[in-house]
Amino acid sequence: MNDFVYLYRGYQLPATPDELQKKNAKWMAWLKDLSDKGHVRSLGEPLQPVGKVVKGAKKQVIDGPYTEAKDVVGGYSIIVAWNIEHAVELSMGCPIFEDGGSVEIRPIGQIELDNGD
Amino acid sequence: MEIEEHFFRHEFGRIVATLTRLFGVHNFALAEDVTQDAFCRAMETWKLRGLPDNPSAWLMTAAKNRALDILRRQRTARVSEPELTRFLQSEWTLAPTVEEAFSAHAVKDSQLRMMFSCCHPHLSEEVQIALILHILCGFNVKEIAQAFVSSHAAIEKRITRGKNTLAGSTKLFDLADADLPSRLSSVLQALYLLFNEGYHGSSPEAAVRMEPCQEAMRLMNLLIEQPTLATPRSYALAALMYLNAARLPTRLDGSGNLVSFFEQDRSSWDHNLIAEGQALLNLSASGTELTKYHIEAAIAAVHTSASSSEDTDWAQIISLYDMLIAIHPSPIVALNRAIAIAQLDGPERGLQEIQIIHDLHRLASYPFYPATLGELELRRGNYPVAKAHFSTALSLARNPMERNFLQRRIDTCKEG
Repeated sequence: MNDFVYLYRGYQLPATPDELQKKNAKWMAWLKDLSDKGHVRSLGEPLQPVGKVVKGAKKQVIDGPYTEAKDVVGGYSIIVAWNIEHAVELSMGCPIFEDGGSVEIRPIGQIELDNGD
Repeated sequence: MEIEEHFFRHEFGRIVATLTRLFGVHNFALAEDVTQDAFCRAMETWKLRGLPDNPSAWLMTAAKNRALDILRRQRTARVSEPELTRFLQSEWTLAPTVEEAFSAHAVKDSQLRMMFSCCHPHLSEEVQIALILHILCGFNVKEIAQAFVSSHAAIEKRITRGKNTLAGSTKLFDLADADLPSRLSSVLQALYLLFNEGYHGSSPEAAVRMEPCQEAMRLMNLLIEQPTLATPRSYALAALMYLNAARLPTRLDGSGNLVSFFEQDRSSWDHNLIAEGQALLNLSASGTELTKYHIEAAIAAVHTSASSSEDTDWAQIISLYDMLIAIHPSPIVALNRAIAIAQLDGPERGLQEIQIIHDLHRLASYPFYPATLGELELRRGNYPVAKAHFSTALSLARNPMERNFLQRRIDTCKEG
């Protein structure tokens, strides 16, 4: 089993409480199903579409995210899957696709010990 | 629109059980505080702006929002049941999980689980009942002390002991737990005692109190709505409650005096309750288990189906009492059996049966033991003996209704 991060891009907060409740229920159902099947390391969190980016050697602070709305990371989860194909398959039920958004699936990297050879 | 009499009481049980499920049972005190707080805010707001259209929904929403705040602020500190905790720890799932916990179905489920938690095997029956009244029926310590003829301090001690035991668990009792059958029988016993406390009240103020009976029936209804809990034994207890409750109002006359069973106005028995009780009794008649609830309900059904005392099938009642004594020997049951025998075979036979009751001394302080002797002697025309028994009974009476009732019997002896 390996850990993969799902980066949900293009997550949109609904305008009305009614739609919000429906959307919440969809995400809940999806994540609960994954969780019940043992595929969730961490449910992660949704993210607000605003923030700051600190950048470069000069540590310049700019308002971000600077990408287009549909590409902004709207949240993340950490998923357990056999391999990347399996992780891709598991993402197919994600409600993000109804928003026209995307799931970016990234295996968690390993930083090895420097054994000083 | 007005709030119904027991509105806050019943809402208390619903909300506190739901919050306990969310916060974890070890945080029961927090759940209680949040519920009280929601009530205080409701009172203040409603005083200013008038009653909302749906007070119950208003309270639930207030409690729900407060729960969300608390879970957000102290997310990692709150550990409820493991399967819930993970969903309370992520914003993806927090709000929908809280929403779901406050759904009608989940609220009922939490109340049931709370009821089962209150009947923890480490707690005595009297602590279990005090806890149920306090948590699920919203009775305060003073009201429970009145219901049980106990001191404020004694009830407070019981409730504290009960809450400590509750808070020692990690989660509310799981209705899928392997211990369910034994826990269910403790819950039924507690509801049975609660009902009886109202029906044969030992209260100094009143011989019959509707409230404990109504509360026991309300919780009983909640229980049999749940298919896994609607066992034949549960149906039998529900039937017993309905059939006895049907006769409850006629146990007192217009001036609040206790009325002898034989003088009750049968036309005032509640025929809807009798019909429901009979239907429940039919539902209880599946499976092989025969419990004291089955037999007591069957006895009540023989009474409610007879149009008069003379018309009653006393032979059947006697044989039901025989069965009851076989599985649940008790001097009070034996006394009732003797009364039925007297109905069928005359007062002499009744008195003989009383003489041979095992453990008769346990009835020494029970006023209806000498009262029964008095009643049977009265029927034999032994007025002085009857009067002496009634006088003994009078000295044991526990409330003004019993005293009035027995005084009137003494007067009858004098007339004779």
